Amino acid sequence: MANKIVPKKTPMRERPAKERRKGYDEVPYGYNDQEAIAEAKRCLQCKKPTCIPGCPVEIDIPGFIKFIAEGDFEGAIKRLKERNVLPAVCGRVCPQEDQCEKLCVLAKKYEPVAIGRLERFAADREASAGEASIPQIPPPTGKKVAVIGAGPGGLTVAGDLVMLGHGIKIFEALHKPGGVLVYGIPEFRLPKAIIEREVDYLLKCGVKLYLDFVVGKTATIDQLLQEFDAVYIGTGAGLPWFMNIPGENLNGVYSANEYLTRANLMKAYLFPQYDTPIVRGKRVAVIGGGNVAMDCARTALRLGADEVRIVYRRSLKEMPARAEEIHHAEEEGIVFEYLTLPLQYVGDEYSWVKEMECIRMKLGEPDASGRRRPVPIEGSNFITAVDTVVCAIGQSPNPLIPQTTPDLKIGKWGNIEIDAKTNKTSKKGCWAGGDVVRGGATVILAMGDARIAARSMHEYLKTGVW
Amino acid sequence: MYKILKREKIVPNIHLLVIESDAIHRNAQAGEFVVVRADEYGERIPLNLVDWNDTSISIIFLEIGTSTRKLAALNAGDELATLVGPLGKPTELTKDKNVLCIGGCYGIGAILPVIRAFKKNGNRVITAIEARSEFMLYWQDRLKEHSDEFFEITRDGTRGIKGHANDFLNDYLKRERIDLVYVQGCTYLTYLCSETTRPFGIRTLVGLNPIMVDATGMCGVCRVIVNGETKFGCVDGPEFDGHQVDWQNLLSRRKIYLKEEVYSLSFYECEKYG
Ligand SMILES: Cc1cc2nc3c(=O)[nH]c(=O)nc-3n(C[C@H](O)[C@H](O)[C@H](O)COP(=O)(O)OP(=O)(O)OC[C@H]3O[C@@H](n4cnc5c(N)ncnc54)[C@H](O)[C@@H]3O)c2cc1C
Ligand SMILES: Cc1cc2nc3c(=O)[nH]c(=O)nc-3n(C[C@H](O)[C@H](O)[C@H](O)COP(=O)(O)OP(=O)(O)OC[C@H]3O[C@@H](n4cnc5c(N)ncnc54)[C@H](O)[C@@H]3O)c2cc1C
Ligand code: SF4
Ligand code: FES
Repeated sequence: MANKIVPKKTPMRERPAKERRKGYDEVPYGYNDQEAIAEAKRCLQCKKPTCIPGCPVEIDIPGFIKFIAEGDFEGAIKRLKERNVLPAVCGRVCPQEDQCEKLCVLAKKYEPVAIGRLERFAADREASAGEASIPQIPPPTGKKVAVIGAGPGGLTVAGDLVMLGHGIKIFEALHKPGGVLVYGIPEFRLPKAIIEREVDYLLKCGVKLYLDFVVGKTATIDQLLQEFDAVYIGTGAGLPWFMNIPGENLNGVYSANEYLTRANLMKAYLFPQYDTPIVRGKRVAVIGGGNVAMDCARTALRLGADEVRIVYRRSLKEMPARAEEIHHAEEEGIVFEYLTLPLQYVGDEYSWVKEMECIRMKLGEPDASGRRRPVPIEGSNFITAVDTVVCAIGQSPNPLIPQTTPDLKIGKWGNIEIDAKTNKTSKKGCWAGGDVVRGGATVILAMGDARIAARSMHEYLKTGVW
Repeated sequence: MYKILKREKIVPNIHLLVIESDAIHRNAQAGEFVVVRADEYGERIPLNLVDWNDTSISIIFLEIGTSTRKLAALNAGDELATLVGPLGKPTELTKDKNVLCIGGCYGIGAILPVIRAFKKNGNRVITAIEARSEFMLYWQDRLKEHSDEFFEITRDGTRGIKGHANDFLNDYLKRERIDLVYVQGCTYLTYLCSETTRPFGIRTLVGLNPIMVDATGMCGVCRVIVNGETKFGCVDGPEFDGHQVDWQNLLSRRKIYLKEEVYSLSFYECEKYG
């Protein structure tokens, strides 16, 4: 396209920060048709697109964008869905600045094409146009597959394999499907209706969903293998870490998982209409610097906190959260305390947390991850008042399945070990992917793993060769 | 949705629920529990499995706050929004030992599968159940069937031995040899019994009831301090060595939502009864 290059992304309209501090509505409004077409026209339609290798599932990025530029929104979503079954989700939560957009040629001199926003637009446009049509499902192969966990990984495997004619049953421990997308990521960032719609679509395609089923307890993998020809383990990384510092078991100290599960899955923000309560703290400290920490902090604000602080032991540069989330959190008035580490929590006479002691840090030599290691500055301790603390320092895979599946090879962090080319585990008939393999990673990586596994599973179901 | 086959008030404020089961009963073991949610607005609450067969599972609960009030309002033919299990670690069973099992409140029902399993494993089982008054005791016949000795204790003396379970325990341990004490019921009972057996040095297993949400090890709300270490009640327990439990921490953590619980109940009653 011979147009002159527009240096900046077409802005996305957003709910004003003041207004959204009180509400659970989604923050960005998304593009309208004109905005999307304008942004799509910024794409140079490179012959050798540099963005595609940045996408873990290799979406034909210029391809779908071209459709949008031409106003063919149906064409755009079709092209996207060839590679990504959850574009409405990925358009919202992928760290595009580290993936596709980082590699966009425009990014060298200008702002990259807003690939994520366009992806989101195409998906939302389809949703607003009514029901997605159900594709022709091939005749049943007679093979049965058990998918454990209804997170983005599990849903992707289910979608891929049902389209190949296999019988799919998803087993999910919780009472709602979606994994972290439902229990972790808040409504204001990812409306739950989007996930409901995607799951609904899978069900219409013939996928069976068994909720309230904890594999390892309700049935073991070996018991499932008596009924199913293959098993996919997509159980995520649900075991919350604590810092093992004094006072962590005081009332008012939460894990991020508990805080977000109460708020999102159990809808505690609508208490007492919903029965599950949550502490509505006034002075909240969130420990950690990832997306999880941002979500907790912004949730605390919406639950009525006067002051929310993110306490992170490194600096802004090392923060693993998506740029957009940090930006939104700052806009909403969340205070960032960089280079700070909590040492202990102190309780009142009723065992409620009332203050925390921290120490300031400085950055030393790079550690194994390549990031500069934070080291404490001696004598810089200080005490600060808090009434709620949320610990968002990370999580690892839940041990329920490893404990009950003796022949499954497990790594140092409790992660399931796999063959990277096929996502096969050490146990015949079992594949795994997503956070249960990688530890806390991303939605798109979980979906990428699921793709690889689905291909290998189909091969196995066809040939019977392990 | 999970169909209720029967709801019965067994004694004032304590109800039995029998629910259709297609999977839970298959792997169920003594000491395990289920999580239920009465309706779409409901909280997830843990309740012990008190019995099961090829088509159903049973639970017994004390009507106390909103969630259990909602359960008590259900009847045969109604459905639960959530029923998941079996959860938790099963009871660590001994073999050929003298085991004294104590149940109070909902624990009277909850010890049934446990004494059954101990008995089946060749242990000599002594069962004692405790309540405020005679009319609060239940299931004597079912429990007796699996017990070598059976005692009833009432605080007002209207039936059996007069006093508290821990008074009985103290007397009994002075005269008989017991290898293991097992206690199920409210925190006060499990705490008192643990303190009573401590000077005797007899291993004491207690069923704890910390607050839970998912009950699969995902949220950490159920953490209890055992032997100085933080454990997750739902997956590492719910049964622990009563001599190692940090009771003060457990009691205070159980009160986190006291204010909200009271508010929730009055809200529920207003909605329901105007
Ligand atoms: C608060 C938060 C914010 C995040 N923000 C982002 C973001 O902005 N962008 C991004 O890309 N990533 C983000 N992530 C990470 C991302 O959500 C995960 O990487 C992704 O969801 C992993 O997908 P998964 O399918 O492997 O597992 P999960 O999404 O964890 O799903 C696993 C499912 O398995 C179920 N399960 C577990 N054990 C069992 C069992 N024994 N039996 C049956 N079912 C079981 C669980 O209940 C769950 O539903 C965030 C994570 C969190 C917690
Ligand atoms: C592993 C496990 C197994 C359990 N098994 C059973 C069971 O088989 N039957 C049963 O009835 N309960 C059992 N409980 C306790 C049960 O989960 C709670 O009673 C229930 O969650 C109360 O919910 P609610 O909304 O009705 O009351 P809430 O509104 O949550 O509580 C109301 C008030 O009662 C207090 N309270 C709550 N539970 C108890 C209790 N058990 N004893 C004394 N005071 C309490 C609370 O602190 C609060 O003040 C178990 C708990 C655990 C962790
Ligand atoms: S899925 Fe993620 S990485 Fe791939 S194009 Fe979309 S936003 Fe970029
Ligand atoms: S109840 Fe959530 S981890 Fe135990």
